[in-house]
Amino acid sequence: MIQADLTIIIPEIVIAVYAMVALVGAVYTGKDELAGVLTWVTAGLFVLTGFWIGTSGEGTNLAFGGMFVDDGFARFAKVLLLLSAAAVLMMSQGYMAARGILRFEYPLLIALAVVGMMMMVSAGDLMSLYMGLELQSLALYVVASIRRDSVKSTEAGLKYFVLGALSSGLLLYGASLTYGYAGTTLFAGIIQATGDEVSLGLLFGLVFMACGFAFKVSAVPFHMWTPDVYEGSPTPVTAFFATAPKVAAMALFARLLHDAFGSVVSDWQQILAFLSFLSMFLGAIGAIGQKNFKRLMAYSSIAHMGYALMGLASGTVFGVQAMLIYMAIYVTMNVGTFAFILSMEKDGQPVVSIDSLHLYSRREPGRALAMLILLFSLAGVPPLVGFFGKLYVLRAAVEGDLVWLAVAGVIASVIGAFYYLRIVYYMYFGEERDDQLDKGGSPVLYGFLMVSAAAMLIGVVNLFGIEAVAEAAAATLVN
Amino acid sequence: MTVFAFYLFALSTIAGGLFTVIARNPVHSVLWLILAFLSSAGLFVLLGAEFVAMLLIIVYVGAVAVLFLFVVMMLDVDFAELKAEMAKYMPLALLIGVILLMQFAMAVGAWETSAAAEGLRAQVTPTDVQNTHALGVILYDQYFLLFQLAGLILLVAMVGAIVLTLRHRTDVKRQDVLAQMYRDPATAMELRDVKPGQGL
Repeated sequence: MIQADLTIIIPEIVIAVYAMVALVGAVYTGKDELAGVLTWVTAGLFVLTGFWIGTSGEGTNLAFGGMFVDDGFARFAKVLLLLSAAAVLMMSQGYMAARGILRFEYPLLIALAVVGMMMMVSAGDLMSLYMGLELQSLALYVVASIRRDSVKSTEAGLKYFVLGALSSGLLLYGASLTYGYAGTTLFAGIIQATGDEVSLGLLFGLVFMACGFAFKVSAVPFHMWTPDVYEGSPTPVTAFFATAPKVAAMALFARLLHDAFGSVVSDWQQILAFLSFLSMFLGAIGAIGQKNFKRLMAYSSIAHMGYALMGLASGTVFGVQAMLIYMAIYVTMNVGTFAFILSMEKDGQPVVSIDSLHLYSRREPGRALAMLILLFSLAGVPPLVGFFGKLYVLRAAVEGDLVWLAVAGVIASVIGAFYYLRIVYYMYFGEERDDQLDKGGSPVLYGFLMVSAAAMLIGVVNLFGIEAVAEAAAATLVN
Repeated sequence: MTVFAFYLFALSTIAGGLFTVIARNPVHSVLWLILAFLSSAGLFVLLGAEFVAMLLIIVYVGAVAVLFLFVVMMLDVDFAELKAEMAKYMPLALLIGVILLMQFAMAVGAWETSAAAEGLRAQVTPTDVQNTHALGVILYDQYFLLFQLAGLILLVAMVGAIVLTLRHRTDVKRQDVLAQMYRDPATAMELRDVKPGQGL
């Protein structure tokens, strides 16, 4: 029996064992000299594992008495988060090495965080949910303050840690109330115990757990940490925060709502609609005053989480499909955008002010064009891929009888377009200034920027066939 | 008798928690925290979970709280300043706390468990199996995955602490055990005949 269970979690075991072996190996040999190699090896392992999970997985397999669920939905989320984590690792190597903060623990902590995320998206029990979440969060707190000599980075890590601990407390409290009501922590058992009527005890549990998750996906009103942590952390770490953990938390949220609370959709629908509505507007309005590109991306990610939650709020199979497609598109856009932010340098020093982009197109027409495509896509301008993501979640909201939310989403997206287009305006029609960025830059970052921008254009044809995959994945979750 | 003990322990847990927050002296705070731990251990004993109760005392009182004491005494934190900062946000915090408390008060009256909960609950351990044994069976068998994950979490915590605090100082002489062991009298000692009144 244990053998069958272990076979199902082999991908997780491989990454965890790799992280431990590499840790011991690096401590006894080259230490930080090996950091660059380890970063690339870890990224390679992520890509391989991603392909392996994507191609070999079949059907729905339960392990450890239902605590670990390997189904189409989990595999979709795992492939997405593994590939995005690999992309961010590859982008971070040059940047961190140049700043002298590339420690060999960095890729290995990321690897352990990824193990936590894979556990999260496969969780079938409140306890394995919490364990995966903590494994992920703890590693993220550390990498947030990995530039330990900088006050801002340390502050970011500490702030993230304290607020993360608070949200974990809320989540655990909700889990204990749910357990008290249902008598079991298994999702399958909770849905069995629930019936169609939601009792007050379960509702309290649901609300507290939703609060905990809203914090993890930085949905308003639990978003306060996001701009500070994004600004304070080293930029590659910020890029990581904006991609893989968001996918994992969103997928776990969807699994909890559908697997454990699937029979009381109308009760959580209003909570999610409320979170989504506030996130979209606060993300759109809060970013207007930001001059710091990283803070701007923080508000942008809050707004994007609002749209993804809109898909989830519809409570249908199509809604989950829309959420998955939206997250895939969001991650691709963010990888490209952060590749650009990482390459913003002046005299070898990183620059994050958007004022430095004035008339950027005259010096670097290629990069400026790629950035233009990405920003248009982030804003959701048709016919780019970002538009289709928004279209999907809006359709899901309409189908789920949340027309008002869809209308609000369109309005928020128009408001939000302002700050994306302002950057485009600076790059093409800005004023002559002397604080101009260096030319050139790392070929790796250039590659990611160009590939991501090209994906935004070419993907228009058929979204790379992701619709069918996401639909199949969503169908395994919702039944 | 058990009812009396329950209320005694419950009240002292709440009092301990409350005074941990409001005590002026941080060392007193930690002592109140220890009281809260001890009385919740008492609650566990009342529930028949004596192993968990002992763990709470050994691990939390014996290790965690003592560590807290050391941290409080060794770190130079200006608690008066922190308190002043706290007072600024107190009204809002109190408001949120009171609202939450009222909601819970409403919930307590209407609390119920699911009809299916009794059947879903884990089986009660037979009387001839000891707590420790039953825990071991469940922890290393049914919850094997969670146990291993907990190990990974602790590993991350350890690596994190090292990453964030360990500094390799170059100006410090370190002990080299191998070098010490490979020393022999031939290279380590030199015999000189010092003449009286002259020195080396």
